[in-house]
Amino acid sequence: MPTTAPSAQPLSDVTASDSSLRRFLHGLPGVDAVGLEARAASLGTRSIKTTAKAYAIDLAISMVDLTTLEGADTPGKVRALGAKAVRPDPTDRTTPATAAVCVYPDMVAAAKEAVAGSAVKVASVATAFPAGRAALDVKLADVREAVAAGADEIDMVIDRGAFLAGRYLKVFDEITAVKEACGTAARLKVIFETGELSTYDNIRRASWLGMLAGADFIKTSTGKVAVNATPANTLLMLEAVRDFRAQTGVQVGVKPAGGIRTSKDAIKFLVLVNETAGADWLDNHWFRFGASSLLNDLLMQRQKLATGRYSGPDYVTVD
Amino acid sequence: MASAFEYAPAPESRSVVDIAPSYGLFVDGEFTDAADGKVFKTVSPSTEEVLSEVAQAGAADVDRAVKAARKAFEKWSALPGAERAKYLFRIARIIQERSRELAVLETLDNGKPIRETRDADLPLVAAHFFYYAGWADKLDHAGFGAAPRPLGVAGQVIPWNFPLLMLAWKIAPALATGNTVVLKPAETTPLSALFFADICRQAGLPRGVVNILPGYGDAGAALVAHPDVNKVAFTGSTAVGKEIARTVAGTGKKLTLELGGKGANIVFDDAPLDQAVEGIVTGIFFNQGQVCCAGSRLLVQESVHDEVLDALKRRLSTLRLGDPLDKNTDIGAINSAEQLARITALADRGEAEGAERWSPACELPGSGYWFAPTLFTGVTQAHTIARDEIFGPVLSVLTFRTPDEAVAKANNTQYGLSAGIWTEKGSRILAVASKLRAGVIWSNTFNKFDPTSPFGGYKESGFGREGGRHGLEAYLDV
Repeated sequence: MPTTAPSAQPLSDVTASDSSLRRFLHGLPGVDAVGLEARAASLGTRSIKTTAKAYAIDLAISMVDLTTLEGADTPGKVRALGAKAVRPDPTDRTTPATAAVCVYPDMVAAAKEAVAGSAVKVASVATAFPAGRAALDVKLADVREAVAAGADEIDMVIDRGAFLAGRYLKVFDEITAVKEACGTAARLKVIFETGELSTYDNIRRASWLGMLAGADFIKTSTGKVAVNATPANTLLMLEAVRDFRAQTGVQVGVKPAGGIRTSKDAIKFLVLVNETAGADWLDNHWFRFGASSLLNDLLMQRQKLATGRYSGPDYVTVD
Repeated sequence: MASAFEYAPAPESRSVVDIAPSYGLFVDGEFTDAADGKVFKTVSPSTEEVLSEVAQAGAADVDRAVKAARKAFEKWSALPGAERAKYLFRIARIIQERSRELAVLETLDNGKPIRETRDADLPLVAAHFFYYAGWADKLDHAGFGAAPRPLGVAGQVIPWNFPLLMLAWKIAPALATGNTVVLKPAETTPLSALFFADICRQAGLPRGVVNILPGYGDAGAALVAHPDVNKVAFTGSTAVGKEIARTVAGTGKKLTLELGGKGANIVFDDAPLDQAVEGIVTGIFFNQGQVCCAGSRLLVQESVHDEVLDALKRRLSTLRLGDPLDKNTDIGAINSAEQLARITALADRGEAEGAERWSPACELPGSGYWFAPTLFTGVTQAHTIARDEIFGPVLSVLTFRTPDEAVAKANNTQYGLSAGIWTEKGSRILAVASKLRAGVIWSNTFNKFDPTSPFGGYKESGFGREGGRHGLEAYLDV
């Protein structure tokens, strides 16, 4: 919620110049770190049991962007991942499919093939992921390649250097250019790398910047740095999408990524969504988990709820 | 907010606490009946279920307990500080070990949510005993001269809103400094004090050092007036506090009073708004607003009034009211039918005087004492609900335009216990805090407690400080 009245200054005007954009972003209410973290921790103590837990686990599975982002990725690995995304637990066909598989651009075609005929989307981390340190032309080429190969979603990283240097308009222009390259074929997720933005104030500003530039999703991180998704930074981004919708009518999704490994953690994030942005965000069109190892823990917990017993890692597939 | 994500009930187990059908008074290390055989029932506010029958102390019992405390004082005060510290550390550790049991007990007897007893009350109770245990052998260095002496027998009367925590605030510094204690818990919440009596025995505390007398106001009055009591400590209503002050005047007894409040929570337009909303909620809905330092007057800068109110209403709609033993419950029951009637009457008065009332859509349980979280907007200094302490989940929202106006309105009250300041501007925090007449001022937070931090009031909120090094002074001859 900016302190400048929206009626006095339509949001389209704030991106007219670097200085107006800066004024707008710095006019957003500050974030008190202690209070934010305390709120996130207190929501983390919600006790989710029995039916609510079963619901949450299935919901979380359906929100996973099953991810492999390694230099060593091969078409075979991606095919296996795709098969798992479509059918996460072959022993229990009631298990929902994941939301998407997330791969590098050169693997999009293989991923597309692997999930063909299912509702599972293919997301690709284009734009010189994870550093984003390349010329705009290169980034756009990266995006176009992924979209041409059939990517349904593009996960772009912002230029953190430009952001930290206060060159907000440059970041804004890059996002709008990538959004244009996505066209209508792909939804755009904008990754801030919150661990590098360092302050919560910066994360709130980046969230608004991304949304103003047309992001369909805002995403915490690449999973490639020390601090990735946390309950606090996700809570903050949920507040931002909630406020953005209240002000513009436009709904934007949120994707925490990196470091969410257990069902317990995932459920805490769902509680954050439920009690911050609200039930409108509780499906995989508006909320995702960027994760690879999370899915297996969700599946094991799901089996435990169904059978009353814990199985073990050999009762779920290794991708 | 409608949601497909309905949290299934997650009740804490009642079986971790074993409540006996009846309890006696705890005098001279023994549980005994009242001299006149009187008993009273204590009920669970959330269900109106009778939990137990408790002996009701009268004047004769007070006399017996004070005599026991007097006798114990000679030995207890003569112990080296390090020895007294051992007992206090032991009590603190037993409280930690039994914290789950005590949290459930307190929730049953008081009606507050298990989230609060488990996450706030019990950790603070243990922390107070640990903290004052640490002082017991360092009194020479507390700044009150060499070898400060204890006062003698302390008569302590505590309220029902934080039964065990208020006990800890009273008993821990009294014992650390070498005093002995006769404590009267409130008639609606005697159980955790009686469990504490058992903890004293478990810790091997010498007989008579701690005496617990459940009872009504007459027992409290007899305790306060007892000629062999050297120190009176009271937490409760301002009306009773005034009576006590009159009783004690001229007797030479040392007195501390922690009374009512009408705390101002000031939100400036540059505040971290999302966290301020959380702070407003914590300020007034923590323990159903039954907190003397509650931020019951929200002073919000006019320029952000609508924004803050929208956010606050949205947030209130997510509060979960119901079974206090459910780990997901945010708002529990009001402590007694009497208190509920008082809150209801004051809220009705607010409406009658023209303030606008709002509560989230919220179903109240069929039995027990419940009051929905309530906001009043359009409140001015001239409204009763802006002046009288409601001691319930009722927030009065006022506005201001300048920092000076905020300070003037915040100070325009007969009370002076707490205040809160919300702004991103550090210099404003310091400037405003220095002008507020309140014992505790929180900035960008609210209702945070710590044993190291002194707590107490100005004006009709009482005098004396509890907690911290200052808290020792009330129990020492200095």
